Amino acid sequence: MSSHNESILREPLITGKDITYAKITEDVLWPVENKPNRAWWIGFIVAAMGACLWLFAVSYTFWNGIGAWGLNKTVGWAWDITGFVWWVGIGHAGTLISAVLLLFRQKWRNSINRSAEAMTIFAVICAATYVVSHMGRPWLAYWPLPLPNQFGSLWVNFNSPLVWDVFAISTYFSVSLVFWYVGLLPDIATIRDRATGLKRRIYSILSFGWNGSVKSWQRFETVSLILAGVATPLVLSVHTIVSMDFATSVIPGWHTTIFPPYFVAGAIFSGFAMVQTLLLVTRKVLGLENYITMFHIESMNKIIVLTGSIVGVAYLSEFFVAWYSGVEGEQYTFIHRFTGPYWWAGCMMYGCNVVMPQLFWFKKIRTNIAISWCLSIIVNIGMWFERFVIIVLSLHRDYLPSSWAMFYPTWVDISIFIGSIGVFFTLFLLFIRVLPSVAMAEVRLLLKTSSEQAKKKLIAEGKVNKEEVEYYVESLDSYDSVEQADYVKI
Amino acid sequence: MSDIKYILGLFEDPDEMLHGIDKLQENNIGIYDVYTPMPIHGIENKLGVKRSRLDIVAFICGITGTFTGFGMIYYMMAVDWPMNIGGKPNFAIPDFIPITFELTVLFCAFGMVSAFFFRTHLFPGRAPRVMELRASADRFVIAIDAKKGFDSQKIDELLKEAGAIEIKHNDRKYVSYE
Repeated sequence: MSSHNESILREPLITGKDITYAKITEDVLWPVENKPNRAWWIGFIVAAMGACLWLFAVSYTFWNGIGAWGLNKTVGWAWDITGFVWWVGIGHAGTLISAVLLLFRQKWRNSINRSAEAMTIFAVICAATYVVSHMGRPWLAYWPLPLPNQFGSLWVNFNSPLVWDVFAISTYFSVSLVFWYVGLLPDIATIRDRATGLKRRIYSILSFGWNGSVKSWQRFETVSLILAGVATPLVLSVHTIVSMDFATSVIPGWHTTIFPPYFVAGAIFSGFAMVQTLLLVTRKVLGLENYITMFHIESMNKIIVLTGSIVGVAYLSEFFVAWYSGVEGEQYTFIHRFTGPYWWAGCMMYGCNVVMPQLFWFKKIRTNIAISWCLSIIVNIGMWFERFVIIVLSLHRDYLPSSWAMFYPTWVDISIFIGSIGVFFTLFLLFIRVLPSVAMAEVRLLLKTSSEQAKKKLIAEGKVNKEEVEYYVESLDSYDSVEQADYVKI
Repeated sequence: MSDIKYILGLFEDPDEMLHGIDKLQENNIGIYDVYTPMPIHGIENKLGVKRSRLDIVAFICGITGTFTGFGMIYYMMAVDWPMNIGGKPNFAIPDFIPITFELTVLFCAFGMVSAFFFRTHLFPGRAPRVMELRASADRFVIAIDAKKGFDSQKIDELLKEAGAIEIKHNDRKYVSYE
């Protein structure tokens, strides 16, 4: 029911005075209904230039083959698969926020799920482009699909994790897209009903004729809940299967049973870091401080420190098992992450992923926006190096010392990587201009129970006890969108 | 007055709207439908809307995916062209699990969402059957069919009493999007 009061001990999920249902709509749709500002244009032009660079570098690869990259016969996978796993990992937070947190009834997901899901979809697009371009003959990209063919039919090998991966990534992408779009329907209808002319026509088509009747909402809720239920194991399965691409091989450094949980934790870790990177900027630029509050930022930082520490434990167990196995090759692979020629990559990996996030144990740091943003970037860098270390460091010194080699990226490798970031940001910036970046229908649900003004009313009515109020007011100290002066008189 | 087809009560607050539904029902006035900008629990029960059976659809679609996936892999790996891959068994159930699982999820999600769109008549380009434009933003709307012969004055009074901030007497059912 919308009328019950939430405990005063919980921090508010919507801050600000005089927030009404109308105000939520106005605030969220502001970027969609108005001309973009200069900050958006600068961001968009830079991102679009990156996307053009990506287009050029990928076309160059298609034309010349993957000889354009810095690969050699020892290091057969490098920045391509590093980039692929990095992007897929980033793509994990969106569905985690929208599905897992829905099942756990974490209401704070309501304000951030939409942009996180959009981010998921764009990140998986970037990952998929890496997979296609690393094939060498991308026009045969349909070969991993079990299609009837003129060779027999010769079917694909279903024992291969690479085939599992094709199914996992494509299912993940399409189910995430459906989940995202179903959630968008009511919000697109809001834009439709406020727009005029051509804009109304376009959003009318996109809204599928949504009208918000009792039955539609009832079905909508059932569908959301079940999609969340099936998407939750799906998220876990995707990175599990990505990790099996490595774990089922016999390369020291890859052949590790801890890989599935370790990769899943790493994916959530990097995904939340990317959500943090994007949302801290978005909330400022779009003026959404009242909806994406310090509570959201702090909660995400807590997840980052938790998953970062899980990743840390996984690293430790890898080292332990390498030592305990007594296998010299295995031990060498792990020790040479610090002593070999790529020692700096190893230090980046362990430093950025395990050591730096530990700063989030301090509340002062968790609630500091500038530091949180910097740390989220550091985590993104660290997670890229993690994949680089796993892939390249395990390959470049293989079983035969005479074939040991180093990997040097060419300009094409670098351009595709920078370009894929450009593609990602181009899509994200377009998204915040044409679709609501906050799920309005879901945020409206929070207004009467979890907003600052509802809690303020409770305090004014004197229904709650004093210590609890003091605790609550103290917890608002770190909010940049709350004025402490308002509470002095109460 | 005979031109009026629907009477709409616009509320600013969901709880007042729920109160309005009770008021109308106490006076035996049938409600056509309720339009809200967010899901509100409790209306379905008041209006006697039956529970959604989409969960059953989801289960059936999911189990179809399970059997399709497993059956396909079994046929291809063990029946149609059993290949000798390092002398390993052709019918390797553990290896079939990941794709069977993915197809379960895929069928379940797409089957259920298609059923949802089909039953709710949602598809791209469908003309929206909307009675009040603000019902998707900040108004909670109770719609009453005026042709059912209820006393419209009484309806107005009851809605006002429950806290409706605006009452509309519409002579056409839906808003025109032209």
